Order: sequence, then structure tokens, then C-alpha cells
Amino acid sequence: MREGIEKVDGEAISDAVAVQRTLAGERDAYRVLVERHSRSVFRMAYRMTGNSHDAEDVVQEAFLRAYQKLEKFAGEANFGTWVYRIAANYAIDRLRQRNVEKARRRMPSNPGEEGFEVDPLSTAQDPAPSPERLAGSTQLAAKMKDALEALTPAERTAVVMRHWEGCAIEEIAAVLKSNSNATKNTVFRAVGKLRRALEPFAGSNQAARAMGTES
Amino acid sequence: MKHVTEEELIAYRDGETNRREAIGAHLKECPECARELEQIEAVLSALNALPVPEPGEDYGQRVWWQIASRLPEKKGKWWEGLFLPRRMVAFATVAALIVLAFFAGRVTRHSTGGGDVADASKVRERVLVVAVGEHLGRSEMILMELVNAQPGPGQKTMNISATQKRAEDLVEENRLYRQTALRDGDAAMASTLDELERVLLDIANSPDEVTPAQFESLRKRIESKGILFKVRVVNQDLREREKARKPSPEQEKTGVKERNKA
Repeated sequence: MREGIEKVDGEAISDAVAVQRTLAGERDAYRVLVERHSRSVFRMAYRMTGNSHDAEDVVQEAFLRAYQKLEKFAGEANFGTWVYRIAANYAIDRLRQRNVEKARRRMPSNPGEEGFEVDPLSTAQDPAPSPERLAGSTQLAAKMKDALEALTPAERTAVVMRHWEGCAIEEIAAVLKSNSNATKNTVFRAVGKLRRALEPFAGSNQAARAMGTES
Repeated sequence: MKHVTEEELIAYRDGETNRREAIGAHLKECPECARELEQIEAVLSALNALPVPEPGEDYGQRVWWQIASRLPEKKGKWWEGLFLPRRMVAFATVAALIVLAFFAGRVTRHSTGGGDVADASKVRERVLVVAVGEHLGRSEMILMELVNAQPGPGQKTMNISATQKRAEDLVEENRLYRQTALRDGDAAMASTLDELERVLLDIANSPDEVTPAQFESLRKRIESKGILFKVRVVNQDLREREKARKPSPEQEKTGVKERNKA
């Protein structure tokens, strides 16, 4: 227990010192924060936006905005959580903007441009996948991608932050600028929509089997 | 009991309900609700299994290079940085060295009479050389410990928090010596201290508990920069400079005689 506290404190102090030095005019100190938190912000951004190009934009923009607002940070939370929230806010704006553009164009989505990229690693998880599983996995990944695309930006943010990133409801509520109860309902609604979209796969752990994650 | 709603099942799965016992009891008796919970679990497991590309070990560095030129300098107050806890310790250390150098200079001036300014400057330099030598020695020890450490058989994580703490303490000290070296125009020393600072920061910012794979990657980063070798070379050079400055016993005797004559 004590070790945990020390670890949290140690992390907070290191980030806090880097923030103070940046504020004192030492721009290079910010590099420590960027190098330390970029990868976790990228993971979340990728899950929110569904593609590397947008995710990388979100990461850069989040660190630029965090730098501009650093005076307001004043140690209110841990820097990692703070920049993560800025990234989530920017990602949700980007999703909304993307939905508006999509509606304007009224064109079917192009899997190469939007949605999850088909990652060759997804099929390489199982060393010897059966043809059925391989087909099921690719099919399910595509179906999941469609289901995520069909969620509203708020629902997608809620489900990504809650079920992928393990964020607390209050943290998600802060990003969605909503209250805890409404946020919980957004999470429920999102999971319900995903469940109905994946109904054919979702019976008796079929989805997990198809993705090769059955315990 | 009525069937449990989908919302309640999701809340139950997330540990967000205060009806945990009642829902748990219902699930034991109701295969329909148990199946529905299983479906929710399957969907969320499938969601978790969607891959995220690995951006690479150097991703943070790439992001920095992409944004660095877009970050305006912040006009901080010069004294703000002085009150950071670690900086205060390092500041106190360097202040103590300067005071020591000052008094050493006074002692030398009283004993030798002429050439006092040159002597005081030599003594100051000597004190700093000794201090930097000790700093490099401590850094070398940390690097040696990390390079030579091996995880035990079947060990899942390694705790490097003690080494990290020492590295963190050395970062601030290193910074001040680097700035002094730059000010004194010692570019080679400043460059080695700059590289050392990056490695010390890397160690200080690693997690307390690392897996053998993470540890190996840290070790490789240290080795790839050849910093251990560079630190040894500079430290050896300092020792030689120090030795060259120390008069031999013969010279010392002659010096004492000369001073006595005077």
C-alpha cells in the first residue's frame, strides 16, 4: 500500500516539477511530459477516432493546448489525467466535425479513410487460427467498426473511456460536460447499441470466441 | 422477482450498482438474465480485442519534434524555478561549494601573498573538479548497477525505485554542473553532462516496477548511448587534471621552504 502511495507521489512530483520548470520559462522541461504521456494519449485517441492519422493529430493538438493552458493547470490533478482530458475533448470535437462532414457529403464511409484500420496484427494474435475463426474475427472487427461508427460522439467517448480506458464516471462526465447520472445512461445506451449491432455474434460468448479472447 | 434490465446488468458488470446482492441472487436463478449478461460480457470482450497499432518506443520524441517549434517561450519569473525542492538542494550544494572555494581562496591568499586572484581561481576550479568528479562517480555507480542487473529466474517484475530516486536526485545536480561547464567554455564536459542528464531523466521517469522486457529496453537505451564509457573517460580526465595540479612531495617541500623564507 505504502509503495503504491510512493509511486503515485513520485509520479506526481516528477510531472509537477516539469510543469513548474516549463512555467518558469524552460521550454525543454515540457519535453519530459510529452515523451512520458504521448503513447497513452495516442491509444485513447486511436480508440476514439478509429484511425492513426486522426489519432496523431489529436495527440499533437492535445499537447499544444496543454502547453498554452499550463498556467491554468496549477496542479489541479495529475498532468497525465489533465492532458488526457484535453485530448478526449478535442477528439470528441473532431468526431462531431467528422459526422457533420459525413452528413453533408452523404457518401458511404470508406473503410480506408475512416473507422478502424484493418490491422494485420488482429489476425496474427492466434498462432494458428482456424479459417472459421479468421473469417469470424475479420467479420466481427468490421462489424464492431461499423457499430462504433454508428454511435454518437458522446456515446463513443463514453464507451471508449469507460470500457477501454477504465475511466471513472466522473472523469467521463467532465469530458462530456454532463452529470454522473446522464453519463451513466450514455454508457448504458452505447453498450446496448453495440450489443444489438453485434447480436449475431454475441450469443454464448461467440464474439469473444471469434476474436480469440475467450477465457 | 422481475427480470433485470439491460442497464442494471451493465451497472452490475461494472460494479456500479447498489443492488449487487439482489441481482447476483436473481442471476443464479434466472438463465435468461444470466444469458443476457453473458452477451454483454461477450460484446465488451470483443470491443477490448480490437487492436490499436503500437506507435513505437520513440513516439514521444517524434511528437516533441513535431510540436516543439510551435511552442512559444513562456516568460517565467527567473526566481520561480529556484524554489523547486530538488533545485533548492542542488542550489545549496553549489552555494556551499562557492563558499568553500571563497574561504579556500582567502587561506591561499594569506599564505602565499602574491598572485592571490590566480590562486583563488585555481582553488575554486579545484573544488569544482572534485565535486563534479564525485557526481560522475555516483552516476557511474547507478549506470553500472542497471547495466549489470539481471532478473531472477521466473521474476515477473523488478523494483528499481531506489535507483530511480538516486537518479532523480542527480538530475538537478547534473544540470547545474552542466550550466557551469557551459559558462566556463568546457564544451566537452557540457556535452557529456548533457547526455548523462538525458539518461538520468530516462531512468528517473521509468516506472518503479518494470517487467524484465521493459528493464532490458532501458538497459539497451543506456548501452546504446555509450554513456557509461563517456562518463568514465571524463571522470578519468578529471582525476588526471587533479593529479597534475597536486604538487609532488618534493615540490611541496620546496614550496614550504620558499614560503618560510618569505
